[in-house]
Amino acid sequence: MNELVEITLRSLFVSGSATLLAALFGLPLGLWLGARARPQRLAASLLYAGMGLPPVVVGLFFYFLLSRSGPLGSLGLLYTVPGMILAESVLAFPLIAGFAMAGVAAKAEPVRRLVRSLGGSELQVHLTLLAESRRVVVAALAAGFGAVISEVGAVTLVGGDIRHATRVLTTAVVIETRKGELERAAALGAVLLGVTLLITAILVVFGEREAR
Amino acid sequence: MIAAEGLEKRFPGFTLRVPALKAAPGEILAVLGPSGSGKSTLLMLLSGLLSPDGGTITREGPAVYLDQHPYLLERSVLENAAFGLRLKGVPRARAREVALFWLSRVGLKALAPRPARGLSGGERVRLALARALATEPKTLLLDEPTANLDPANVARVEALIREEKARGRAIVLVTHNLFQAKRLADRALFLLGGEVVEEGPAPSFFDSPEDPRTRAFLSGEMVW
Repeated sequence: MNELVEITLRSLFVSGSATLLAALFGLPLGLWLGARARPQRLAASLLYAGMGLPPVVVGLFFYFLLSRSGPLGSLGLLYTVPGMILAESVLAFPLIAGFAMAGVAAKAEPVRRLVRSLGGSELQVHLTLLAESRRVVVAALAAGFGAVISEVGAVTLVGGDIRHATRVLTTAVVIETRKGELERAAALGAVLLGVTLLITAILVVFGEREAR
Repeated sequence: MIAAEGLEKRFPGFTLRVPALKAAPGEILAVLGPSGSGKSTLLMLLSGLLSPDGGTITREGPAVYLDQHPYLLERSVLENAAFGLRLKGVPRARAREVALFWLSRVGLKALAPRPARGLSGGERVRLALARALATEPKTLLLDEPTANLDPANVARVEALIREEKARGRAIVLVTHNLFQAKRLADRALFLLGGEVVEEGPAPSFFDSPEDPRTRAFLSGEMVW
């Protein structure tokens, strides 16, 4: 039971940190791209392509990067939680930036027209657009978090699934299934599902709140 | 008052040219014409949302453009009504006080705390009008404000437009509804393919139009 709590908390920490790290760069980029009067086709294409990045390829890339002979090997991040967070944030980044860009782009023109017609400045257009994008931001965060908490390829390669160190819910499900402990694997899967739904529900409730 | 002279806006394959146009305080100018004739473009030029390629626009005081499909913020009805004032730096309490006054004028005071996105079509237009009027514009630029509304809501919006005219606002009204234009307008302008075909006082424009294309349009023929 204690190990289940430990694995669940680690999963939440890795996925939450990776989502926040990706959002730190992805949200401003997505909001900026979406708010531009002229669409940035190359940037949009790159982001949409990035949404389909295979986690196992990202994991392999970070494995090479962080392994002892790799360019960042001296940092000692392979088979560590920070290494996992880095790899997961790369997976979440295009999802968060892409969702934010698409959502904001749909509102940019009507918001610009409203603010400008009421005598507002271009800065006020952007501030209003940001405030109006609360739901978009929530959707982007939910997409990023959902993708990283449920992926197994990158965390296995970069984290190594070390018991009491880097094991997370998804890798634990794989291990227990391989061991034939199907009941335990199913319980871990149920916890994973519950955690994902709970976090998404919290985000959605937060995004639905109306300004009074 | 709003006036334009030698106004020109060029797009690929379409040019809007308006030699002269004026809506005086307390006057309604109806802009008529088929879809694609440049009516909405003209309003956006007059509001400053678009820059003309030629000509001059004179605005006495602020002019507010009301979109055909007004965008309502994901906020309460009250916050929407107060939005224009907040943009101008009016303190929140004062902005809400003024917004409540205008919400009561348009018959939406009871809905003030509700989310704006739950409003019906007619309520959305009235809220957008309240939001615009709260900023006390000298000119209202209305782009088909009653499109897709039922007769009761059309009557309410038309009554509001008349009230604002009586309060001395200059109003430019784009409409597809000839009967509405006849009911409200002091002057009328007919646009076709980006060109002004005819412009003049409403009685003579509707009763004895000079141009055969205006006659055809007013008699319900398909002109484009």
